[in-house]
Amino acid sequence: MKTQFTRRGALTRLGGVIAGLFTLSAARAARAAVQKVLVSSGAPKDYDPTKHKWLMCIDVNKCIGCGLCVEACKKENAVPEGPYFRTWIERYVILKPEPGSDQTRGETLVDSPNGGMHGFPELPFPNGRIEHSFFVPKLCNLCKFSPCVQVCPVGASFDSPDGAVLVDPKYCIGCGFCIQACPYGCRFLSPVTHTAEKCTLCYHRITRGLKPACVEICPAQARIFGDLKNAGPDDPIRKFYENNRVQVLKPHLGTEPRVLYAGLDKEVR
Amino acid sequence: MTGEITNLVAGVMPRFEGYVYPNEAIPHPLWGFLIVLYPYITGLVAGAFIMASLVRVFKVQALEPVYRLALLTALSFLLCATLPLLFHLGHPERCYEIMMTPHFTSPMAMFGFVYAWYLMAVLLLELWFDYRHDLVRWAKVTPGFRGFIYRAFTVGVTDESPKALALDEKLGWILSIVGIPSAFLLHGYVGFIFGSIKANPWWGNVLMPIIFILSAVVSGIALCVFVYMVLTWTRRHTVDMRCLDTMAMFLFYALVVDATVEGLDWLHRGFAAEEGFSMMQIMIREKLFYTLNLGQVAIGTLLPLLLLGSLQLLRRRVPEPVRRRMIFGSAAMILVGVLAMRWNVVIGGQLFSKSLRGVMGYKLEFAGVEGWFMGLILLSLPFIILTVLVKLFLSERLPSGGHTPPHSVTSDI
Repeated sequence: MKTQFTRRGALTRLGGVIAGLFTLSAARAARAAVQKVLVSSGAPKDYDPTKHKWLMCIDVNKCIGCGLCVEACKKENAVPEGPYFRTWIERYVILKPEPGSDQTRGETLVDSPNGGMHGFPELPFPNGRIEHSFFVPKLCNLCKFSPCVQVCPVGASFDSPDGAVLVDPKYCIGCGFCIQACPYGCRFLSPVTHTAEKCTLCYHRITRGLKPACVEICPAQARIFGDLKNAGPDDPIRKFYENNRVQVLKPHLGTEPRVLYAGLDKEVR
Repeated sequence: MTGEITNLVAGVMPRFEGYVYPNEAIPHPLWGFLIVLYPYITGLVAGAFIMASLVRVFKVQALEPVYRLALLTALSFLLCATLPLLFHLGHPERCYEIMMTPHFTSPMAMFGFVYAWYLMAVLLLELWFDYRHDLVRWAKVTPGFRGFIYRAFTVGVTDESPKALALDEKLGWILSIVGIPSAFLLHGYVGFIFGSIKANPWWGNVLMPIIFILSAVVSGIALCVFVYMVLTWTRRHTVDMRCLDTMAMFLFYALVVDATVEGLDWLHRGFAAEEGFSMMQIMIREKLFYTLNLGQVAIGTLLPLLLLGSLQLLRRRVPEPVRRRMIFGSAAMILVGVLAMRWNVVIGGQLFSKSLRGVMGYKLEFAGVEGWFMGLILLSLPFIILTVLVKLFLSERLPSGGHTPPHSVTSDI
């Protein structure tokens, strides 16, 4: 069938597209407004999540493994004592291969004693045996397609329009499905509230113009935090992008994390 | 060697070997024995229903004596299916939110609807249509509280005209047909709860719902064999050998299909040997050695296959008492084996870290919500309910029309 292009037809289509775009943004704003009323997230009343897009970048080369971020997170968010962490640091030690071995590398040793909160013990072998050693800070990966949100049976876990993945503690039934679904081990069932908990990017802080506690305290500036929607050309987050080739954790799972790492190694999972 | 399991964690509890994410280093797995029971019980429901539909839909007349028993078994287990889930929740008082504000992408939320559909629209209705005529008759001859129960269950519909009875049959038949995909959906969704977790290589698998359905059919038929034989023994009746042999035949074929698909799953996992396969090898060789190799494979699959398979070949040469014992033994072993399979799936998936660098241990405790005593109570609860249901609805003292033979059903439609 022959298609005829008329001025009226073209204008109608253009109008339709523009109307669609307007409706889309209006719908997004409406959804955000409804969420703000119904959901307890810790954000102030005048905060508009559609006007931000938060992003966390981590420069593995800069982390010194001091553990201040873990401690700050625990204090700021009243994270329960014990094996419960919203952020933690892993130490990777890759040994040199044994002499005469056909391997490119030796053993890979990983540890995170108490989440790295009080630093790391000395290694039980001489420096000469170590090929690489580095620290990897971990936190919620802010997945674009978050498996934890997908499986929550009641919708207590949700994606905020600003990129944060949050849990409504007044709504969570504590089934633990999201904890099983998170590939990065970032969630835990709080022994205090009996609900799922996770890194919120210190939502109560970032929605008031502050940085997350872990970013604020990091002495090495290994954690770079920013707002993509409001980042100028000199913003640290833009600089990080310009200066580094970035990677994400477990990319094969298709979760599209928005926590970006520079300087990762293949051993990091 | 890179990627080898190592342990550098200072002061780590002996339950862990290698590196596990700090949030995974909790004293007990997040999903314990209760969540093992949940797919087990749900599977028994689905299987028992499929068993009943063999009579109603597939017109296997030899199984007529167990039709009602299978449906009542399915009902008593279905009533208990969500209890383990409920007890395990951090906030059980919020459980209604799954139905009130469901999140449609969540397999667990959808399970709530499938469960409700299956209980309300399929099983209860099918039972009601099947029993309605009997209930009306029993209500007339039974005095007291028992009579009141029968009257209440008729819901005031006391029409005994041939037209009404024909309609009962027709609707029961339709419900039975609807029930088969519903039963598959019920247990398929349970499999999907685990199979959809791509974060966990032990669970995330497209074959998981299918394996769950097939093992459910096997366990459900085995349960019907078990319950039927126990019931005839307690009532000092003789076992209908035609019925028992037919059940054994279906059990054997279902087990063959189930074992084949599970074998295919392992073949695929071994051949693909994707990331995390080394962890699976540790599970098979060490962590789940007894429950997998001994419980699931030897006791739950190979021995029953051997016993039931030999019965298919040599049925006429084996004397009846021996046959009865062989079939009963196979059914009991299958029931244990399928429980071991659920254990291997649920607990096995939590015995290694998602960092794929370490493993955890698990010791089933006696006390506590996730202890085996609680599990035992939850497992015996459906049997208690079934005893009450059998006393009420399979009573020997009341005249029962039973289920009309299927050939007369088709003539009505």
